[in-house]
Amino acid sequence: MMFAAATAALCVAMLLALLRACLGPTVYDRVLAVNSFGTKTVLMIAVLGFLAGRPDFMDIALLYALINFVGTIAVLKFFRYGDMARPGGRPAAKGGD
Amino acid sequence: MEALLDIVSGVLLAAGSFFIIFGAHGLVRLPDMFARMHGAGVTDTLGAGLFIAGLMIQGGFTLVTAKLFLILVFFFFASPTSSYALANAALSQGEKPWTWNSEDSNGDKDGTSSKT
Repeated sequence: MMFAAATAALCVAMLLALLRACLGPTVYDRVLAVNSFGTKTVLMIAVLGFLAGRPDFMDIALLYALINFVGTIAVLKFFRYGDMARPGGRPAAKGGD
Repeated sequence: MEALLDIVSGVLLAAGSFFIIFGAHGLVRLPDMFARMHGAGVTDTLGAGLFIAGLMIQGGFTLVTAKLFLILVFFFFASPTSSYALANAALSQGEKPWTWNSEDSNGDKDGTSSKT
């Protein structure tokens, strides 16, 4: 019962984050909303493991947290430099060797 | 003892849900991206922290609790890092923070996204 209520609260919050991802005016709003959505997804997977009586889901939640972070950084790098193959650092430095 | 643990974990889960919902509400209602990062930060730290603490009490001294603790530790490092990367990218692309004076020029409906 307690876990079902927590899942419902997470669903409401995920809907709000999805709303911001749909109508965010800039691309950074969308990245922020998707990042927040991913955080809530991790919590949702964790609580669903308890709700279904299968706590093995915690591995998936941990993996999803890692992928969410890497994905956010990758999308930001893509929108900043225009391609993924450029080394980081200052935008003025021309990439490549 | 069991009932006491259930009550404590229920209170923690309810508090976490409260902060998660209000963080998401801030994500929708606040005026610009830098202010919205504040709402997302509430979700990432207090919301996720209390929520996972409630789940950890339910898990007891098992491997599940250890994995939940790892998730929590990862959030504590990843959330500030991605927030910093996001704000840095937005600032370097010329996104202006919202102020009371810039209500008409830099509000919700500026067209800076077309630059990327």
